[in-house]
Amino acid sequence: MSDTAISVQHLVKRFGTTTVLDDITLQIPRGQVSCLIGPSGSGKSTLLRCMAFLEEATEGSIFIEGDPLGFVYDGTGKRQRQAASELRRVRSRIGMVFQQFNLWPHMTALGNVAAALRRVRGLSRSEAEAKALAQLTKVGLENRAGHYPSQLSGGQQQRVAIARALALEPKIMLFDEATSALDPELTGEVLNVMRGLAEEGMTMVVVTHEIGFAATVGSQLSFLDQGRLLFTGPPAEVFAKPRHPRLEQFLDTYLDRGASTLV
Amino acid sequence: MSWKLFSLLLEASLMTIFVSTISILIGLVLAILLSAANLSGIRPLQWGGKFFISFFRGTPLLVQLLLLYNLLPVMGIQMPSLATAILGLSLCTAAYQAENLRGGFEGVPRGLVESADMAGFSPAQTFFHIRVPIALRLTLPALINEAILILKASSLVSVVGLVELTRMAQNLVASTFMPLELYASAGLIYLVINLTVAVLGRQLEQRLPGAPAK
Ligand SMILES: Nc1ncnc2c1ncn2[C@@H]1O[C@H](COP(=O)(O)OP(=O)(O)OP(=O)(O)O)[C@@H](O)[C@H]1O
Ligand SMILES: [Mg+2]
Repeated sequence: MSDTAISVQHLVKRFGTTTVLDDITLQIPRGQVSCLIGPSGSGKSTLLRCMAFLEEATEGSIFIEGDPLGFVYDGTGKRQRQAASELRRVRSRIGMVFQQFNLWPHMTALGNVAAALRRVRGLSRSEAEAKALAQLTKVGLENRAGHYPSQLSGGQQQRVAIARALALEPKIMLFDEATSALDPELTGEVLNVMRGLAEEGMTMVVVTHEIGFAATVGSQLSFLDQGRLLFTGPPAEVFAKPRHPRLEQFLDTYLDRGASTLV
Repeated sequence: MSWKLFSLLLEASLMTIFVSTISILIGLVLAILLSAANLSGIRPLQWGGKFFISFFRGTPLLVQLLLLYNLLPVMGIQMPSLATAILGLSLCTAAYQAENLRGGFEGVPRGLVESADMAGFSPAQTFFHIRVPIALRLTLPALINEAILILKASSLVSVVGLVELTRMAQNLVASTFMPLELYASAGLIYLVINLTVAVLGRQLEQRLPGAPAK
């Protein structure tokens, strides 16, 4: 097996006439944490969402462990939508964690984690709930299993969302600003769970404003600016000087906010 | 007015409650199917649903019931008046409930559907396990309101030969000549039923699992 978990090739994404992602080529290495940073509106979420086919690329291709995601090319080189069953098969290797948690409000924490185990994986109710409880335990929430999302703090909700994704045993986890909707005192508990996952060798793609997390946990850092990938490399190289002027400007805004201790 | 007369009204009000409840439930199932048709992306289904909804919302229930009452025998269908009444009310309320639900379905946050996609749910699973429960929660107040409207509108089903609360009152007036007492009593019974529905509905809204704490 190759060491590339996700391969993004010449990806272009346009919304109408605005080009949001401009010819992105990026390899996500297996078993490592790859971070995406960049100013607001630079296209980080769009790129991550393309990697889960929640957004359809306008041009280019994405491969998950070598298999095309979303589109396939026929004999004449024409692009076609992938069959729904094949899309689901490839997509099942990916877990996604959203900024807004996106827990289902009418299900308990346990129900959120168990739902797909029952309905998609076909486990019995008791098997699914046992497995779900094990995942909740892993994120430290076994005693909140019966709570509904509205009865949980933001940090707890996000940990349930992570448990829900992990329960399906993905090969790759995508995080879109998983801590941005949280009060500062709650980001730590979520970052700790993410750190634990990284130590277990999970392949992770992390869109984050937490430069400190990117610098310490990430092994690859990509800087996006206005839809272009300006830099990809080890974090140490990114923070070393001289830097690309746009990156310099971007990092300065963080250093101004007191993040210098982390970098 | 004697207790005997009042108890006859009460008995007839059971028919009102029965016909209305069954019709609301059948109407809800039909409304969910109409919503599924609308969300399916299949043009003929969408058009069919739209036509159904505009017909039943755009014509008076009384006309619909009379039409149904006269149409069924022409089509060679023999139905007891109870079934005809339920069919007529169900079709009508389905159209209104579908229209209410449309807003509910539009209010389902996109992210909740995306997380269902990521979990591997099929479109049908996402519809029944995610979209429907959330849309119902969002439209519960409108649903309660519709239940009350149907309870009142059920007074029209006497035109298909069913004796419910209003018709019973009319019948009793014809034999006792006490219109004021009888119609006032019937009105009171409707009022009590509907107040009960309103109170139960509000409790349901608050007790629904996962409802945000107020
Ligand atoms: N559905 C959409 N339709 C039109 N434009 C969109 C859509 N989604 C995103 N965009 C635009 O694409 C650009 C990139 O958006 P994106 O959300 O990927 O940025 P981001 O880097 O994640 O920003 P942030 O840090 O604020 O989350 C923005 O200019 C945004 O307005
Ligand atoms: Mg974003």
